Amino acid sequence: MPKVSMTVNGKRVSADVEGRTLLVQFLREHQRLTGTHVGCDTSQCGACVVHVDGRAIKACTTLALSCEGANVTTIEGLANGTELHPMQAAFRTHHGLQCGFCTPGMIMAAIDMVNRLGYDLSEETIRHELEGNICRCTGYHNIVKAIQAGAAAMGGMKVAAE
Amino acid sequence: MAGTGIGARVERKEDFRFITGKGNYTDDINRPGQAHAYFLRSPHAHAKIRKIDTAKAAAMPGVVGIFTGADIEADKVGGLICGWMIHSKDGTPMKAGAHPALAVGKVRYVGDHVAVVIAETLAEARDAAEAIIVDYEPLKPVVDLASATKKGSPAIHDAAPDNQVYDWHLGDEAAVKAAFRKAKHVTKIDLVNNRLIPNAMEPRAAIGDYNPGEEAFTLYTTSQNPHVARLVLSAFIGIAPEHKLRVIAPDVGGGFGSKIFIYAEETICVWAAKKVGRPVKWVADRTEEFLAIAHGRDHLTHAEMAIDENGKILGLHVKTRANLGAYLSTFASSVPTYLYVPLLSGQYNIPAIYGEVEAVYTNTAPVDAYRGAGRPEATFVIERLMEVAARELGMDPAAFRKKNFIKSFPHQTPVIMCYDTGDYNASLAKAMEIHDVKGFARRKRESAKAGKLRGLGYSAYIEACGIAPSAAVGSLGAGVGLWESAEVRVNPVGTVEVLTGSHSHGQGHETTFAQLVAGRLGIPIENVAIVHGDTDKVQMGMGTYGSRSGAVGMSAIVKALDKIEAKAKKVASFVLEASEADIDFKDGQFSVKGTDKSIDFASVALQAYIAHKFTGEQLEPGLKEGAFYDPTNFTFPSGVHIAEVEIDPDTGVTTIAKWTAVDDFGVIINPMIVEGQVHGGIAQGIGQALLEGAVYDSNGQLLTASYMDYAMPRADDLPSFRVDHTTTPCPSNPLGIKGCGEAGAIAAPAAVMNAITDALGHENIAMPATPQAVWQAAQAGLARAAE
Ligand code: FES
Ligand code: FES
Repeated sequence: MPKVSMTVNGKRVSADVEGRTLLVQFLREHQRLTGTHVGCDTSQCGACVVHVDGRAIKACTTLALSCEGANVTTIEGLANGTELHPMQAAFRTHHGLQCGFCTPGMIMAAIDMVNRLGYDLSEETIRHELEGNICRCTGYHNIVKAIQAGAAAMGGMKVAAE
Repeated sequence: MAGTGIGARVERKEDFRFITGKGNYTDDINRPGQAHAYFLRSPHAHAKIRKIDTAKAAAMPGVVGIFTGADIEADKVGGLICGWMIHSKDGTPMKAGAHPALAVGKVRYVGDHVAVVIAETLAEARDAAEAIIVDYEPLKPVVDLASATKKGSPAIHDAAPDNQVYDWHLGDEAAVKAAFRKAKHVTKIDLVNNRLIPNAMEPRAAIGDYNPGEEAFTLYTTSQNPHVARLVLSAFIGIAPEHKLRVIAPDVGGGFGSKIFIYAEETICVWAAKKVGRPVKWVADRTEEFLAIAHGRDHLTHAEMAIDENGKILGLHVKTRANLGAYLSTFASSVPTYLYVPLLSGQYNIPAIYGEVEAVYTNTAPVDAYRGAGRPEATFVIERLMEVAARELGMDPAAFRKKNFIKSFPHQTPVIMCYDTGDYNASLAKAMEIHDVKGFARRKRESAKAGKLRGLGYSAYIEACGIAPSAAVGSLGAGVGLWESAEVRVNPVGTVEVLTGSHSHGQGHETTFAQLVAGRLGIPIENVAIVHGDTDKVQMGMGTYGSRSGAVGMSAIVKALDKIEAKAKKVASFVLEASEADIDFKDGQFSVKGTDKSIDFASVALQAYIAHKFTGEQLEPGLKEGAFYDPTNFTFPSGVHIAEVEIDPDTGVTTIAKWTAVDDFGVIINPMIVEGQVHGGIAQGIGQALLEGAVYDSNGQLLTASYMDYAMPRADDLPSFRVDHTTTPCPSNPLGIKGCGEAGAIAAPAAVMNAITDALGHENIAMPATPQAVWQAAQAGLARAAE
């Protein structure tokens, strides 16, 4: 079996995997990072979204071997201990989750949205950008609010840091 | 409201683990030495199984065991059950065909369970399943609901030669006939309530585990009601007696009804764990979810309403044909009967109602409760009728509703239900005001200028929640009581664990239940833990569905808290050396009336356990109380939703331009959580109206078996919602709660379709109103207008 090495949430990891092992399997089964979920088999739901080299990707449709040497961030890598990432905090404050199953993917997709489009996101933009993430519980209303607030908070943090 | 008590917008306690990726869903659990199960499913909708040859598959790498229906029979594993007995008009019991966990002799829908392969890895199990040779003799499938019981249709079950499960009725047929004879106007309507696939985002999963030393099983499963699962697996399917079977439902990623039922897969996992001597894990992939989870709705209905010369409703006659699929799922029989016809009165004073329901088998996945379960179907019938009748009479739909609203309570309907309280005018008026219905004409003109059609539709719904008074449902055929249990354990340091038979799979019980307890005992909310979802911890419970956890589950907690307070007062009376009658309890302090002597809750808890201030004869040590709460009536949440749509007649695309919901849920524990429930329900209702629909082809192949084919509502299909409330507290439970979980899904489909038909100017369109359907309907409407 080929060996794959990558950095996951700042930690160097490697494992022998079958060629067909998906990144989501590598994360969930080899690394026991079960915050990344699998909600479908057609790359539609977004429950599996993680960041690879700073970009959101669907870990259910990515081979682990293709991430050789990559820098992977999962939902477990966002908070600093109990100090939440502003997007995580916004999901809680705005009740952007119910069962929580879609939530890791939503949060990872939302941060990527901010990285690409900035801190001032309109409702329309957010709804359009969530094309690849399905939530069955919330009706999206509070997810949209959470992302808008989370984006603004990320902007505020950036300003504060400068 | 500030603080954390009842009525406060408290952030959810459970969120930290979910937003940091530390949830604990069934698929996140792994047992040492576990093997993986894969189900070989029927590719045929209807076929005899002549022979299953597993020899080649059994020799494949990694295979641990392969089982078929023959093994189930040999081990005398009982069949899956339907827990609600319905009797037909002629008094005969419903015809329940056998439902073995693995097919015996015959398969009855695409996705039916033929064999299970257990292997070291899932990939090996899948590979081996492909090597199983099944010799099928295909039979003619019965797929079409309308013609399923026609003469000459092949029988799906020997027990039901004409594919009819039951032909049931409720109400006074003679009174309804008399009402129609007196009618000045009769409104008639034919409706399709489209078949839906629930699609909780977490697919179902199960891990069976067997401990040979203890001869005891553990099942981890995605269940809304682990105790009911244990009861059925134990008492009916015969896996093990209840004290040897532990069922754990950890974090569950949504249910919407679909995780109430006891399915073949978890049954097989727990049974097979002993057979192979290994823990057995199964996780559905999304296609399996589409194929084999219990679907929802699927009705064909003809309804007629009799109206007098003053616009008052005289009577209602509804005839429905309900598809129950290939087997009777756990509660399937109750959904189109007692959860449906008793709600047909809606918010209206209707003197005579007669409902007839014929339930049939087809070669499709079983159909059972999905968010709302029967009540969305009832609301769709009555609210479409109200709108159409108003249009036919040339009346304003809101005014027509108002004229017929029930105005005094309690109100006994002709179909079982006794509505306890409500103020339907108040919610209608508030919704119209918030929605700016007055401005609709102007908005419609503006849309017209842009070449768009605009429509407005109401849905004034009622639902029966707080399910349910046990004796009442027992008399209607339920196989169980529907009370709830709670146990409050106060620790010596004054922290509290509450064990509940309710189960949270997104509803936020860990927060709302803790709000109740913290407020009542005057302790910080952080000091309260809610324990649920494990039959070894919580003794017994009935689970979460039918918007029952607040009204029934929290009422059980109140009952237990009453006992805690009474006992704690006794302890305080010894500590404060006062008579028990003189002890007051307020804001977490026990005090002696008329003195400044007091002691806080945590100190009383400690005193209860160290037991130095009283003797064993005087008082039992400890502070722990349990309660069972059986509701005395259903609860009746109600409200008005107003949908406003804009249709592009060139593309058929319908946009929800505006949505207003005003609901009366009685007392609200946490408005933030309640609003979230409403949002999610509306989204599912809009999904049903505009997007979703399970489609089988004439061979019984499910064409909508992935997210590429089944249109789930996405963020840009939906608007933001305006959600508000009116409040009439429920008189039948201690907290005044009515329940909120299903309201949106119940109200929304009729509101959308009433708005679309208003925009189109005719009634000739069915759900889902996809762009293609709307385009055709819009073109037909335009052509008619041009004539
Ligand atoms: S699991 Fe990756 S998109 Fe659904
Ligand atoms: S919170 Fe349950 S699927 Fe989004």
